[in-house]
Amino acid sequence: MIGKWALRLGALGYLAFLLLVPVGLVFYRTFEHSFHPAWAAVTNPQALHALWLTLLIAAIAVPLNTLFGVTLAIALVRHRFPGRELVNAIVDLPLALSPVVVGLSLYLLYGTSGWLSGLADHGIKILFALPGMILATIFVSLPFVVREVVPVLREIGTDQEQAAETLGAAPLTVFRRITLPAIRWAVCYGVVLTTARAIGEFGAVSIVSGRIEGKTETLPLYVQSQFEGFNTTGAFAASVVLALIAATTVMAMRLFRPKGEA
Amino acid sequence: MATSPAAAVARPAGLAGRMGGGIARGMAIGYLSLIVLVPLAALVWSSRANGLGTFWDEVTKAEAASALKLTVVVSLLVAAFNAMAGTAIAWVLVRDSFPGKGFANAVIDLPFALPTIVAGLVLLELYGPNSPFGVDLAFQRTGLVLALLFVTLPFVVRAVQPVLLELDREMEEAAASLGARRFDVFRRIVFPNLLPAILSGVALAFARAVGEFGSVVLISGNIPFKTEVSSVYISGQIESGNAAGAAAVSVVLLLISLAVLLAIGAFRHWMTRDR
Amino acid sequence: MRGIWLTFFPAVLLAAAVAVGAQAAASNTTLSLVAYSTPKDAYGKIIPAFQATAAGKSVSFNQSYGASGDQARAVAAGLSADVVALSLETDVATLVSKGIVPNNWNKNPYHGMVTDSVVVLVVRDGNPKHIHTWADLTRSGVQVITPNPFTSGGARWNVMAAYGAERAQGKTDPQAIAYLKKLFKNVSVLPKSAREATQVFASGKGDVLLTYENEAIYANKKGVHTEYVLPKQTILIENPVALTKSGLKHPEAKAFLKFLWSSKAQKLFGDAGYRPVVKSVAHSASYRFKQPKTLFTINSKALGLRGWKSVEYRFFDHNSGIMVKVIGH
Repeated sequence: MIGKWALRLGALGYLAFLLLVPVGLVFYRTFEHSFHPAWAAVTNPQALHALWLTLLIAAIAVPLNTLFGVTLAIALVRHRFPGRELVNAIVDLPLALSPVVVGLSLYLLYGTSGWLSGLADHGIKILFALPGMILATIFVSLPFVVREVVPVLREIGTDQEQAAETLGAAPLTVFRRITLPAIRWAVCYGVVLTTARAIGEFGAVSIVSGRIEGKTETLPLYVQSQFEGFNTTGAFAASVVLALIAATTVMAMRLFRPKGEA
Repeated sequence: MATSPAAAVARPAGLAGRMGGGIARGMAIGYLSLIVLVPLAALVWSSRANGLGTFWDEVTKAEAASALKLTVVVSLLVAAFNAMAGTAIAWVLVRDSFPGKGFANAVIDLPFALPTIVAGLVLLELYGPNSPFGVDLAFQRTGLVLALLFVTLPFVVRAVQPVLLELDREMEEAAASLGARRFDVFRRIVFPNLLPAILSGVALAFARAVGEFGSVVLISGNIPFKTEVSSVYISGQIESGNAAGAAAVSVVLLLISLAVLLAIGAFRHWMTRDR
Repeated sequence: MRGIWLTFFPAVLLAAAVAVGAQAAASNTTLSLVAYSTPKDAYGKIIPAFQATAAGKSVSFNQSYGASGDQARAVAAGLSADVVALSLETDVATLVSKGIVPNNWNKNPYHGMVTDSVVVLVVRDGNPKHIHTWADLTRSGVQVITPNPFTSGGARWNVMAAYGAERAQGKTDPQAIAYLKKLFKNVSVLPKSAREATQVFASGKGDVLLTYENEAIYANKKGVHTEYVLPKQTILIENPVALTKSGLKHPEAKAFLKFLWSSKAQKLFGDAGYRPVVKSVAHSASYRFKQPKTLFTINSKALGLRGWKSVEYRFFDHNSGIMVKVIGH
């Protein structure tokens, strides 16, 4: 009996200490000097642009990764092709890779003296512009849809799909009416995870962005620049916005979580 | 997994199906290459651009080696702690019930969704010199460990929860009715079933800790030889113009990531094999 | 319930992205200013002042601020810049060697330097540890904060100030280097940039911060409870500004550069804590800063300082520089 309570208190106490107190502090520090300065800090043009840019990058990266994710999941589970195991491993790589390494590799590829540095000469700016930031965000948020869809595809098997095919349905129809509905909640969950990762990205984007205020500064980068300028209210206010977005994402995760998990 | 591998693979009937599938697959792999493979190839190439001798020098340089050592040791420590804490939390969330459990369950995902710089800022405020608790753990290894514990929290918990949920409790109940103590029941019946999941979560936590940047860069002080981890060292090398050095250490981190992924794959295989 | 989320979530995301929206700038020319981090507030006032003049009327600016070396690297890697304002001459020299800034960038009466400052010792209000001289920094129990000289331009000014101060007191080269070793034994944190160092000091860590005078003034303005000590011997910090080759194509950029040496801009720099370079402003009452007893520069040959190029190699080379041994205890 005591053991059960000790475990409960220990685990929950750890959670509270590690998670709740920090988040509580963000709100406290933001509003400790009253509402107005905090509000001003997140509604000035630079902050608004940072928020918009963050959302825009996510709005581009997430659908692309979703499309890719579903396609690749199907390829990995339903087809056999040479190099399948290797592709499987590469897809998981962004999960284990440091964001700094991601940023550096993009910087080395597209910067002057990189293999694709020629793009800049033809007017296609990758680094220090939106495309580079999108590429970095896509890289780090790549695996989630694939990883969520693959187990579901494996579990549902191909019986229904094969039945539909023998009845003469075209492959696209099979996909649309049988496969997709079966995987849709896995896809949703994957989308939520991808979005969370994309919005929260900091390390890789900070290397490739150039931090041009009002142009290539995302909201996490804005937090850093405010902190560096001693504008702690501004840094915390922007953090509150990000924390609220994170909380929304966490709620969505809870809703869409696959049934096998808590 | 219920279905056998053979049943999961279909051969799409008809040439159209095969071609369409092939084109889609080709595009997906092209996307993967452009986004992941080509940049990483450029990284590996740059690291050896000045010769393998320079690569080795950059990696074994005092500051770089010290950062790598610190990174690996601290990450192992954090991963090991998570193995215990994460399992305990998962246990409480699955087997226990109390008011607010849903909230506690949801909150676990917060470190995943929160940008690392926000986490870093907050941890600095909380445990740094301005701390309301009167502690000052900034610019020390303790601060570093705290930041890493924060960001790696979800991994073991979320890996263990589904396994715990699915666990058949008959054996536990049988053992308990035969007089076995709760701890022994855990140790001899539950734990072996959880082990692959725990290890898989630990590996993910380790990989995350090794590469962590945003939350660490504010609170650790980045003191060379004391609190500077590899990701911060790499960013410092980029800033001082030593791209080759940055690339060399990055390749080492990349190899560590690959090794961890292999381990995770092995654990997953172990997990599904017994089902 | 899940269905509602399914439709709502991406829609909300997209709607938010569109709604918050960026305003299109309706102006004729856009100039890109890439600068180091400390003059951000100053340029925040100087740019509108420029835009109020005839030459600056329809000019809008893209601004980027960061650590000086970082910014130079970014420009070398392709970050668009018409005007670069950096902490040290060497960072501009890097851009010259990459062909981004023309050779003759500093052929003007001010040698390309737009602001001056000096290295000072920042201490807590009331100077509780009674730090007044360079020798005080090596006392036991004194914790010194300075950025990492391999990543921060500001840190290099600090190191050369310390070295030069020793030489100015009559020490020999080996003795001055020995002093640096003792100094860095007291360094407890090595942040990556000058601004980060100020941050660390402001958050309560350390007893003394080595930094630019204007940075110390900035911190005070922002409510940090510190004061600064002007040591008897210190180095004159000169910050360069240059037009890039792409900047040269815009007459507005040339006009902006010229504006930086106008008394209006120099006064704005002065308000931000810099020492104006234009004599008429520097000698006026509101901008007259205290002068140290011995003020030397990076070109003070008598003290063993032979310009940034030689100093960079001798002290800050990644492999063979003196600082590698000094820091790597």
